[in-house]
Amino acid sequence: MKTRGKLIDFAIDVFLFCFSILMILPLVFLVSNAFKTPQEMLAWPPRLIPSDPTLENFRSVLTDTPLPLWIFNSVAFSTLSMVAIVMTSAIAGYVLAKFPFRSLNIIFILILATAIVPFEVYMIPLYFQAQALGVLNSLWGLLLGYLVMSFGIFLVRQNVMHSIPDELLEAARIDGAGEFWIFWKIVLPLLRGALGALAVLAFFQAWTSFAWPMIVTTTRDSYTIEVGLALFQTGFTVDLGRLSAASAAVLVPSITLFVILRRNFVQGVASTGMKE
Amino acid sequence: MLQQKRWRFAILAILPTLAIFAWVRMYPIVETLRLSLHEWNILSKNKPFIGLANFRELFHDQLFLNALTNTSIIAFGVVILTVPTAMVIAGLIHHRTHSRFSGFYETSVFIPHVVSLVPAAMAWKWIFDAKLGPLNALLEFFGIPAQAWLFDPVLSVICIIVLCSWQALGYAVLIYLVGFKNLPVSLFEAAKLDGASGVQRFWHVSVPMLKPITLYVSVVTLISGFNVYAQAFVLASDSQGAPGRQVRVLVLDMLENSFRNYRVGYAASEAVVLLSIVLVLTLIQFGLLREKGRK
Repeated sequence: MKTRGKLIDFAIDVFLFCFSILMILPLVFLVSNAFKTPQEMLAWPPRLIPSDPTLENFRSVLTDTPLPLWIFNSVAFSTLSMVAIVMTSAIAGYVLAKFPFRSLNIIFILILATAIVPFEVYMIPLYFQAQALGVLNSLWGLLLGYLVMSFGIFLVRQNVMHSIPDELLEAARIDGAGEFWIFWKIVLPLLRGALGALAVLAFFQAWTSFAWPMIVTTTRDSYTIEVGLALFQTGFTVDLGRLSAASAAVLVPSITLFVILRRNFVQGVASTGMKE
Repeated sequence: MLQQKRWRFAILAILPTLAIFAWVRMYPIVETLRLSLHEWNILSKNKPFIGLANFRELFHDQLFLNALTNTSIIAFGVVILTVPTAMVIAGLIHHRTHSRFSGFYETSVFIPHVVSLVPAAMAWKWIFDAKLGPLNALLEFFGIPAQAWLFDPVLSVICIIVLCSWQALGYAVLIYLVGFKNLPVSLFEAAKLDGASGVQRFWHVSVPMLKPITLYVSVVTLISGFNVYAQAFVLASDSQGAPGRQVRVLVLDMLENSFRNYRVGYAASEAVVLLSIVLVLTLIQFGLLREKGRK
């Protein structure tokens, strides 16, 4: 009975192992293809490690496209969006959790209600707002769509309610602390974990955004990496070597970043599922 | 007096966030609703009110109906493929929590969910490629004729479903894992004492207990399926290389009406249709959850 159970566990491990490998195999091949010559791309079965690795694909991508600029745009956009979302969520989430006024409840319901509406629904009017501000084709235009995050406010609010006792705040007030001082010196440090998770979530949300950058940026120099790559591929539909090179240049750093920040990320995503 | 001071702080503190919120969320949402009832050609100054005429036109618009069908097929296809798979995989990973590889399993299943869409889609473009792709090579190896995966109207929809499911799976598995961790252990032990096998425990205890999670994951996956855009844009170029034209999806149709045909009001009415679909799905979810709570 014991040995049979062990055998089954072993079989499950083998299955999960193969499944996990299959999940990441497309990405592994993408990186490998980036180093292949056009002849080798045709080889069957596809080789995991190119027999004749070449940097030609990378060189030609770099001469044909402003890839470093696109990466810079994406990094700057994602970082600014992350900062804006963490700041607005921290203060709003705290106020909504600890100040029981009826007017604030109404605000909270409004924020929750907009959370249901997908971004794609209202991005066209938002585009005209960006146009009116004259920020199309710029970092600020990109940022306009990603300044706040309903879920972020919700996440901070839940965290404050669960992890910061009212007594702590009352004690500080009795000692004569000002409201702002309390937020800055007591609340923020206690929220470090939640805000870390939110920061990672916000960064990746902007980093992987597609539809909004697609309509806001129309000049080659203002593209984010996603838009740049998507439009680059339409020009060279068949040249998979160069497409792979450009994609790999983006994937490898972002996957590395993810693996490093995995704990934060998983915590953030998992808490989205627990709100019910 | 003290109460008033605190109220003043609360309002001042939330005001900046609220202002941004009103400006980049609430206003454009209301504007979408308003524009959907107007005819607005970008080039003209006036926007006459035309009531529901946009919506009436939508339901005779072949391109829109085509987009709506494709999008629905993709959204439901992704759910059907993702949710059962995610449940089984999460169950197995949970069963092997103490295995030294469990971190590896979780990470590799989740990675496709976090990589940016376009580079990941490139990998699949290669897999599905008619001439270079390993999929056709594999098929030929087994004597099955090669297919033009990305140029056939039916096959390209399947390709998009596969790509979307590959990406959605990690999220679903993660949520299920949280669900499995919260299940009461005593129940499984009781089932074990009654002689239920692992498969029976999964089917008769886990599956019913996880119903709220299944509901949540299904609705979230469906909603993101209805917003599919980048995947279709990259995978489904038509024979002239125009991106996304092969498999028309709602968001693409909406953007084309707005920025190519300059019919913003009409595009807004499409957005309202998309919003209604999402709202109905969300309401169904809440309804079912509440019903369960009452029992």
